[in-house]
Amino acid sequence: MTYEAVIGLEVHVQLKTRSKMFTRVAAGYGHPENTLTDPVVLALPGTLPVMNKEALDKIVRAGLLLGCEIAPECKWDRKNYFYPDSPKNYQISQYDQPLCRGGFVEIELPGPARNIMGEHRRIALTRIHLEEDVGKLSHGEGASLVDFNRAGTPLMEIVSEPVIHSADEAFAYLTALKAVMIYGGISDCDMEKGQLRCDANISIRPAGDAALGTKVELKNLNSFSFVRDGIAHEVRRQVAVVGSGGKVVQETRDYDGQTGESKSLRSKEMAHDYRYFPDPDLMPVRVDEAWKESIRTGCPELPFDKQRRLQKEYGVPYTITSVLVPDRALSDFFEEAARLCGRPQAAGNWIANDLLRELGAAKLELAQSRVTPRHVAELVVLVETGAILSNAAKEVFIDMFQTGDLPDAVVARKGLRAETNPDELERWCSDAIAANPKSVADFKSGKESAINAFKGPVMRAAKGKADPKRVDETLRRLLAG
Amino acid sequence: MSEELCHSTIADLSRLLDRGGVSAVELMRAVIARTKEVDGRVGAFNSFDEADALAQAAASDERRSRSRTAGSGAPGRPLEGIPIGLKDVIAVAGQPLTASSRMLEHFVSPYDATVTRKLRDAGAICWGRLNLDEFAMGSSTENSAFRTTSNPWDLERVPGGSSGGSAAAVAAGEAIAALGSDTGGSIRQPAALCNVVGMKPTYGRVSRYGLIAFASSLDQIGPFARSVEDAACLLSAISGHDRRDSTSVDLGVPDYGAGMAALAQSGRKWRLGIPKEYFGAGLDPEVGAAVQAAIDEYRRLGCEIREVSLPHTKYAVGAYYIIATAECSSNLARYDGVRYGHRSRDATDAIDIYFKTRAEGFGPEVKRRIILGTYVLSSGYYDAFYLRAQKVRTLIRRDFLEAYKDVDAIVTPTSPTPAFRKGEKAANPLAMYLNDIYTIGVNLAGLPGISIPCGFTRGGLPIGLQVIGQPFRETELLAVAAAYEKVTDWRMRRPPL
Repeated sequence: MTYEAVIGLEVHVQLKTRSKMFTRVAAGYGHPENTLTDPVVLALPGTLPVMNKEALDKIVRAGLLLGCEIAPECKWDRKNYFYPDSPKNYQISQYDQPLCRGGFVEIELPGPARNIMGEHRRIALTRIHLEEDVGKLSHGEGASLVDFNRAGTPLMEIVSEPVIHSADEAFAYLTALKAVMIYGGISDCDMEKGQLRCDANISIRPAGDAALGTKVELKNLNSFSFVRDGIAHEVRRQVAVVGSGGKVVQETRDYDGQTGESKSLRSKEMAHDYRYFPDPDLMPVRVDEAWKESIRTGCPELPFDKQRRLQKEYGVPYTITSVLVPDRALSDFFEEAARLCGRPQAAGNWIANDLLRELGAAKLELAQSRVTPRHVAELVVLVETGAILSNAAKEVFIDMFQTGDLPDAVVARKGLRAETNPDELERWCSDAIAANPKSVADFKSGKESAINAFKGPVMRAAKGKADPKRVDETLRRLLAG
Repeated sequence: MSEELCHSTIADLSRLLDRGGVSAVELMRAVIARTKEVDGRVGAFNSFDEADALAQAAASDERRSRSRTAGSGAPGRPLEGIPIGLKDVIAVAGQPLTASSRMLEHFVSPYDATVTRKLRDAGAICWGRLNLDEFAMGSSTENSAFRTTSNPWDLERVPGGSSGGSAAAVAAGEAIAALGSDTGGSIRQPAALCNVVGMKPTYGRVSRYGLIAFASSLDQIGPFARSVEDAACLLSAISGHDRRDSTSVDLGVPDYGAGMAALAQSGRKWRLGIPKEYFGAGLDPEVGAAVQAAIDEYRRLGCEIREVSLPHTKYAVGAYYIIATAECSSNLARYDGVRYGHRSRDATDAIDIYFKTRAEGFGPEVKRRIILGTYVLSSGYYDAFYLRAQKVRTLIRRDFLEAYKDVDAIVTPTSPTPAFRKGEKAANPLAMYLNDIYTIGVNLAGLPGISIPCGFTRGGLPIGLQVIGQPFRETELLAVAAAYEKVTDWRMRRPPL
């Protein structure tokens, strides 16, 4: 029998806000332990939460970007459970009235080859709600320590419908979701910093069945590839269990990306009773049309929409857009350069190849780059007009990447301008032809490659600054005459 | 002279301080002396910091002398230099904050509650940590982990609760006025039992930031004082919207004293509602008679007395003990021994820290309420208990608002009985809960309510009259209370200490 996997993902995304969800203290990563705290974060007696408007703005923006229905009111509930990383021993969250419902994430499945666009699908969302993050535990010899720097950071939980059917789809879903979050300025989604975390609910059923099988929740999927590998492993495990006549048990399992194995954490019977109830310390906040509209106005174009537009408007191929578009700043860089020089394809090539290569080698971010869209645009124009040759252009690019000088200045400083005096070129060519009658005869008798024999002397005479295309043209004209 | 100072009103002391008849340091010294003299018997205080209080008083005198030198000639601020006692659930930076619980026995607050800051801004002296039932759960202070406060009118009896320390301190002259908190009657009932004025403002009128939470949707801080005028003065100082408390309401704060005086001047005849449900079985006959006499007094003053009905009153205690316990089960989860407060020495791992710390740190009443609250929120029980209790709450509020179509205020007994003997109800939680039967509805409906002295039993125990007002109309409520206070002298009596 063949089985179909049914997967739903719960993704936690930390919002990029200046302060924490319910107090003024700064949100951040990598600070000394327990320095991003205050009486509210530590849940000292008598403290009260007050909502962060920036966090609400950002989740509304996320909801609008993903096509969700936005609730007219933001209501808060307490999720009660004891754990040492949770200062109040309840988490302020949203239970029965999430701020966003429905919506979808557009994903791209792997294509038949890396340079060919894959199939696009929409993964439906169940809900998105807002909550607060917890602290971090570290366990040592005889003692466990808690760092509350992360506690109270605004966190968004994005729950998909169980409509994902493979590990590859799950990977594509996370990739697309991350791109939308980065485009919207909602989160940086750095998994190493815990800004994006993913749990997967996985079940299998005989292919063609409509009923869902027993689900297993897989936790600790710490990177996109662990998500992919963990899901693939769990689907294989379930198929093996069922194949050998067993039954899948409803449980939570922990996936170890290093060993590629998973083990049971707790069974269904051990599930928490969170005793949700409305938080009496927080008033519901109305999200009116005007507020939503002002956020909608500030929403950027979605990555895949942008990719389609770049391909249509600028005629740049998928091989280039698939490199540019996942990075919003890079694609904006491209559009600016293309607009300045009017040669999108050439600009795209420079950015997708040379700029990314240099940034990678120097371990720099785009924002740190000395090369601006203007640099690229002017370089493209110099090449297109024949003012410099393509070999020289490569040299110019590396120089301006290091110095930040504009292409004209680099060309002048290094003396790289192409020789374009037609009279001089004509003379060098005539001289070369006159000096080599044998090759003239060969060429005229149909030996095409004989023309190359003249090019060396011409280039030597031009000290390398002659445009090979023009040399070729001139030689052919003279030889034909 | 010294004892006289200790029993004076804020209004009188403020004039005396302005005149230079006494300094803030002298007044503070008198209060400290009085406290040392009587608190061994009364037990109103968990602790007090004499040096800190005298330093605050000296700073007050300094401010006063500077403004005199500046020659403004204007009268000082009404609370400048006045020692105000604080219930030991209100945070004062650098002072203990215990909630009368073993759990917080050695906890010192690093920050000021909003009301504390407002008192300081008004020039008042934050004086002492006043005893209460542990985490404000109780009606007698017998649930305090440290001591049972005695009623200054009869040391064998309780002062009421949970703000029993605040009421007893004001009654015994150990503070000029005090702040307490009221979740189901915790200000009004002890005020009634100790012959002082006690007021619970409208929910949202006073910031709860820095108040240890018992039941967040019911808790409200309010004043204890020796006169309605003094209560109005304190209320003006502590009211107002606070960015740190989302449930505080963004409404302007009137000068309650001036507003109340203007209403008295206008000679307005109040329409007062008498809810028949508040005069049934369980009401002590002497209390009933005193309240009836007070109603007759209002009639003589020209007020219109009407019978009103609050038909859902009988469900109030049930709904209250579901909502209050549900909220407390969650609010008290933070006392776990991980970050601060008591931690069991015997605990071996994280789970064990929770079990042992909470077993050792909380007293029986607190545990009873946490267990009850945990139960009513449990999966499968939420709809039957918590959700239904919230619906009852809505009906109770509707009852009151319906009644206010015909009357300006509602007059009832504060407590069904006068002060009871220590230990009398300690073994019977239900009998103790019924003590709050007349005060609980006000919290559920979020209304302002005040208790004022209205007589004594033949045995010499104080009786309180409760006046219930309309949301955010404290000025009218205070004016109604002041009208009665003006023609009676119950508040002038002093306990035989």
